[in-house]
Amino acid sequence: MKAYLSRRYHLSASHRLHTDAYDVEKNRAVFGKCNNPHGHGHNYTVQVTVSGQVDPETGMVCNLADLDAFAAENLINRFDHQNLNTLDCFRESVSTTENLTIEVYRIFKRFTAAYLERVHIEETSNNSFDYAGGPDQGLV
Amino acid sequence: MILLTRKAEFSAAHFYWNEKWTDEENHRVFGKCANRNGHGHNYTLEVTVAGEVDPVSGFVVDLKQLKDILEREVISVYDHRHLNLEVPEFAKMLPTTENIAVAIWQRLEGKIPNAKLHRVRVYELPDLLADYYGER
Repeated sequence: MKAYLSRRYHLSASHRLHTDAYDVEKNRAVFGKCNNPHGHGHNYTVQVTVSGQVDPETGMVCNLADLDAFAAENLINRFDHQNLNTLDCFRESVSTTENLTIEVYRIFKRFTAAYLERVHIEETSNNSFDYAGGPDQGLV
Repeated sequence: MILLTRKAEFSAAHFYWNEKWTDEENHRVFGKCANRNGHGHNYTLEVTVAGEVDPVSGFVVDLKQLKDILEREVISVYDHRHLNLEVPEFAKMLPTTENIAVAIWQRLEGKIPNAKLHRVRVYELPDLLADYYGER
């Protein structure tokens, strides 16, 4: 039996949408209040969906404790209470939630106990983003 | 085709224990879920069915009828019960969120008139859910 397991994690971080490819005026025009030089923040909810055969011995797709430990080390420790713009992964790209979703997908692809189906991130209760891989599997 | 989702809730007790394993192995794999006195959750069930809209009624399925089917087939059997001890399918299968989704699918399959079961989603917690689409 193939089942899908989804787990939601919560992290809070600041960011500023800005690119050196635009001048000051264009940054303001494109990114609006998200371009505030001092940054702003969100409580992000990250929903990770993995799939696999339900192990007849454990009744599980994968052990939730393993997924949580992986998330604590590779998601929460890395992003929670951070300024996203200071992180290596956003040195070359804008810290939009689209790019964050792709980065989180890339991270959870390294979790090998189940197949990663999708990463869904809610930036606010009104904005959410999904990435389920693509030809590049998020590996740029 | 339209997808229609109906929610229902049940509260139940369970624990995880594999009789083939030693006590130590059970505690290592299942952690606090291996407490044999059990613990409980408020589960939320979401059942999604797929079908065509009836041109006369405008319904895919009659929601009241779907509610009654969920009540009869699932809620009356699971709610305020100990899943391991009182629900037959979990006598030989651990009542994990994944297995609960599979078991509910098996209880509902073929019982919903005029619509096809599309997805069974079970929330054990607001931050933990399992989906089953009938895949082998």
